[in-house]
Amino acid sequence: MSATMSAPSSTSSTSPAASSAPALFDLDWRRIGKWGGLCAFAIALISLIGMPVGLDRRTIIEGRLSLGYLALIWLPLLFGYVVSKRVVLEGVDTPDPGARDVLAGLCTGLLAGLGPLLLILGIDNFNLRKPLVNWSPQLLELLTFGRDIGYGIGAWLAICAVLGMLGSTMHVLPKDVRRVVSIVTFGLLFISVLEAAIDDLSEGFGLEGLTDAMYAKRGGLTVKYSIILVVVLGVLAVVTKGRVKGATNHYRGLKGAERKRASVLLFAGVAVLCIVLPMFLGKIMNELLANVGLFLLLALGLNIVVGLAGILDLGYVAFFAVGGYTTAVLTSAESPFFAPELHFGFALIVVVLIAGLTGLVIGAPVIRMRGDYLAIVTLGFGEIIRLLFMSDWLKPYFGGAQGITNVPHVDLGFAVVKGTDPRSVFYMILVFCVLAIYVSWRLQGSRLGRAWMAIREDEQVAEAMGINTVNTKLMAFVVGAMMAALSGAILAAKVGSVFPNSFMILVSIIILVVVIVGGMGNILGVMVGSFVLIGVLGGPRQPGLLQEFQSYKLLIYGALLVFMMLQRPEGLVPSARRSQELHQEEFLQDVWLKGEDHEEEEAAEEAAAEEEAEATAEGTGDPA
Amino acid sequence: MTATINRRSARRVSKVDRFLTLIRVFLVGLIVVGILAFLAQQFAPDNPFTRWRNPDAMGLSADQFKGLLMSGLSQGAMYGLIALGYSMVYGVLGFINFAHGEVFMAGAMTGFIASEKFNASGLWESNFLLCLVLIVLMAIGISTLMAVLMERVAYRPLRNSPRLIPLITSIGVSFFIQNAVMGLFGPATKSYPQLPEWLAKQRSILTFEIAGTKILVLVVAAVSMAGLWFLVERTKTGKAMRAVAEDKEIASLMGINVNRIIVTTFAVGGAMAGVAGILWGLLFRSVTHMTGFLPGIKAFTAAVVGGIGNLGGAMAGGIALGSAESIAPLVILEPLGVPGVSQLKDAVAFTVLVLVLLFKPTGLFGERLSSEDRA
Repeated sequence: MSATMSAPSSTSSTSPAASSAPALFDLDWRRIGKWGGLCAFAIALISLIGMPVGLDRRTIIEGRLSLGYLALIWLPLLFGYVVSKRVVLEGVDTPDPGARDVLAGLCTGLLAGLGPLLLILGIDNFNLRKPLVNWSPQLLELLTFGRDIGYGIGAWLAICAVLGMLGSTMHVLPKDVRRVVSIVTFGLLFISVLEAAIDDLSEGFGLEGLTDAMYAKRGGLTVKYSIILVVVLGVLAVVTKGRVKGATNHYRGLKGAERKRASVLLFAGVAVLCIVLPMFLGKIMNELLANVGLFLLLALGLNIVVGLAGILDLGYVAFFAVGGYTTAVLTSAESPFFAPELHFGFALIVVVLIAGLTGLVIGAPVIRMRGDYLAIVTLGFGEIIRLLFMSDWLKPYFGGAQGITNVPHVDLGFAVVKGTDPRSVFYMILVFCVLAIYVSWRLQGSRLGRAWMAIREDEQVAEAMGINTVNTKLMAFVVGAMMAALSGAILAAKVGSVFPNSFMILVSIIILVVVIVGGMGNILGVMVGSFVLIGVLGGPRQPGLLQEFQSYKLLIYGALLVFMMLQRPEGLVPSARRSQELHQEEFLQDVWLKGEDHEEEEAAEEAAAEEEAEATAEGTGDPA
Repeated sequence: MTATINRRSARRVSKVDRFLTLIRVFLVGLIVVGILAFLAQQFAPDNPFTRWRNPDAMGLSADQFKGLLMSGLSQGAMYGLIALGYSMVYGVLGFINFAHGEVFMAGAMTGFIASEKFNASGLWESNFLLCLVLIVLMAIGISTLMAVLMERVAYRPLRNSPRLIPLITSIGVSFFIQNAVMGLFGPATKSYPQLPEWLAKQRSILTFEIAGTKILVLVVAAVSMAGLWFLVERTKTGKAMRAVAEDKEIASLMGINVNRIIVTTFAVGGAMAGVAGILWGLLFRSVTHMTGFLPGIKAFTAAVVGGIGNLGGAMAGGIALGSAESIAPLVILEPLGVPGVSQLKDAVAFTVLVLVLLFKPTGLFGERLSSEDRA
């Protein structure tokens, strides 16, 4: 069956010129119209939301490119790439990429150019400033590059067309060239975006000279160094070709004692890095790392609830709040009603117990509900707890909207952990994160962890296999609650006070995005998710590396959540089992299409592909 | 049916069950004691039972009580209108469209923008009714468009995935719309222009002192509900909608275009939310990008209270929730000596949700779902 099906495709691929050359203009116009129109709309929307003007101050390459323009020009590039992308289906004739695809990209880009064009004409002729706050002369000036209207329109059409073409050219390039190009582009982007981090790091190591030369005074890479970096990155990309994958495959192929030794070495390397690196970092970077750790702790807890047990808990912030408030009440002298002024260490024990109890009390009524009802009810609980902490009713106990202030520093005897010294906070969070990672990792493979996963996959079947689903799900709630409460306790000690408004529902949703983008049910994924999202974009109140994104990050979080659910529900670093669950139909279809007699080979191949995907995902995730 | 009976009889009374019973008893006890204290306070403010929890109880006058009831009813009618969208989508697709609150917000926002333009041109003052009709139509248009787009872009590709996936997606959609609207129109609170005197003034109907706006809200809600009832029960499209809600596959075998019906469902739900948005604007005269969040969740609560998938139930649930939210703080909590009860309004709404799910998870009027969604 497969032989007959592959026959026509092979003939067509041997003579691409014959089949595609006369049809150069026979493009899929509907597809181009759809993606080009969408791109034009997206450019207009982003402009009107205010990103270009708001981000214009941050330069990427000195005098050439600012983050504001970057916020617009990545779109035609991406849409050009998407429009020529083809899904290769088993047994369906797919022509090789060629000039037609480049033309399609060009047309898409031209169509996308309509976005800025209409915007320029619109702003020039009408005044819609009243409802649309960003319908401003500044936007017009930015869009026309500070020159006249005609120049702006022409420039945008040209830029969009070229970028759309470049995007689609990626399909035509050979695989190796494509790899080099993407590494250079993303590498350059990383180095300029992570300017603050690299600056800080180089200062710690006494290499200010290099970064001073590399970055311009007012931010952004200098032109000279961008060119040098392009060369360096290109050479690096060529040199490392196949090495990274080879190394990970080698590591995966190791057996027994050897693998153990390699793992220990790897672990030791990471540990040393985690301990040594903060010493060379400044205050801001340490603060950032501490925030990442705080959210990592939260995300690890939610990962158990959502990722392992499959319970969508939208009121997770409630436990965070309980942890914070319990710590504040127990340790602060300002606590209005009951102030035993315990040491942080003793308080922690109580915090964990109370959080577990809260988990039980909140969990018990909701645990038998339908999954989606549970989500909304927990959301309600999350909001109720915040409203209660804020109310006049409980003000004599928790201080109402003013919260509880003056939570003392953590005195460990040999060191003091306090908010003004983020490095110490980071080390403390590191300890808890390592603990939480260890616990999550051990739980995953334990009887309980396997029971959670069974429930996630099919509750009825799990019950039939003799799992007490109610108790098991409650356990997930309790463990998740404890981790969140620990994070809350650290937050209280770090900030030195707790307010009800630090515990908005927003926090729950951001942690959910972190878990989903990273990869539900995968510890490594959750770590990558927290680093990328909290580190770069920032938490609900904590700024990330891209401080300019402060007012747009929630928008980006929302868009990311939708995008991930539509395109890659298993996350950046998927857990093998979870992605199989999510793509069950595709797996079955593939098996069916390729014929049942190859089933065993199929399974082996799939496992290999799976592993490869994971390896590449790790490879891309690590530098972030 | 037999399966559920078997499971119930097979399940032993566990600790969780006992705990749940305890919670049920506690909540009912709280409500009963609260109402008793309220009654005691109404009949004789100076009795020891009242003084026990709330030393300075004054009691509510009949007018105050009626006022609370009327504002509860009008707000409830609005919740009911939004709830229809949740209920219909849940009935047909079996998932919670979390972003439906944002559709409502878009309606209110459209109303604001249009009414401000009308106000600037003077039409708002000279011919208010025309303006009202126009802004309602515009809000319906924008909200419908938004709901349909949402379905097309975010939900249709996920039609066959596990039920939590579209829910999570809709949370993302909701977040995105909220923040996009904030970026587009700015974070400041926007106020509707002044309403004409004849509409805003208090009127007395059957001894009820009620503002004209609230009457308008109730009337519009009733008319919309009647229109929806006609659509669902008396037209061919409505019949197809009910068929799709019952069983998608068989409906498609009967020659019904399931995709079209699903789009229609979203459109109708969106239109109702658009109307509700305008009513919100007239009633509270202010709108921000966050306007959709809490009313959205409360409307979902209303849909659950009335029985999800049940349209009459959604309206009734909305009215019940609105009244409970407005009356319960003063009737149950205040007599129990809780200060600052108006802050706990939202907490009351969520407690109603928990109560309903604890006592009657299928809602007051029974849910109407397809067999696969009932799991």
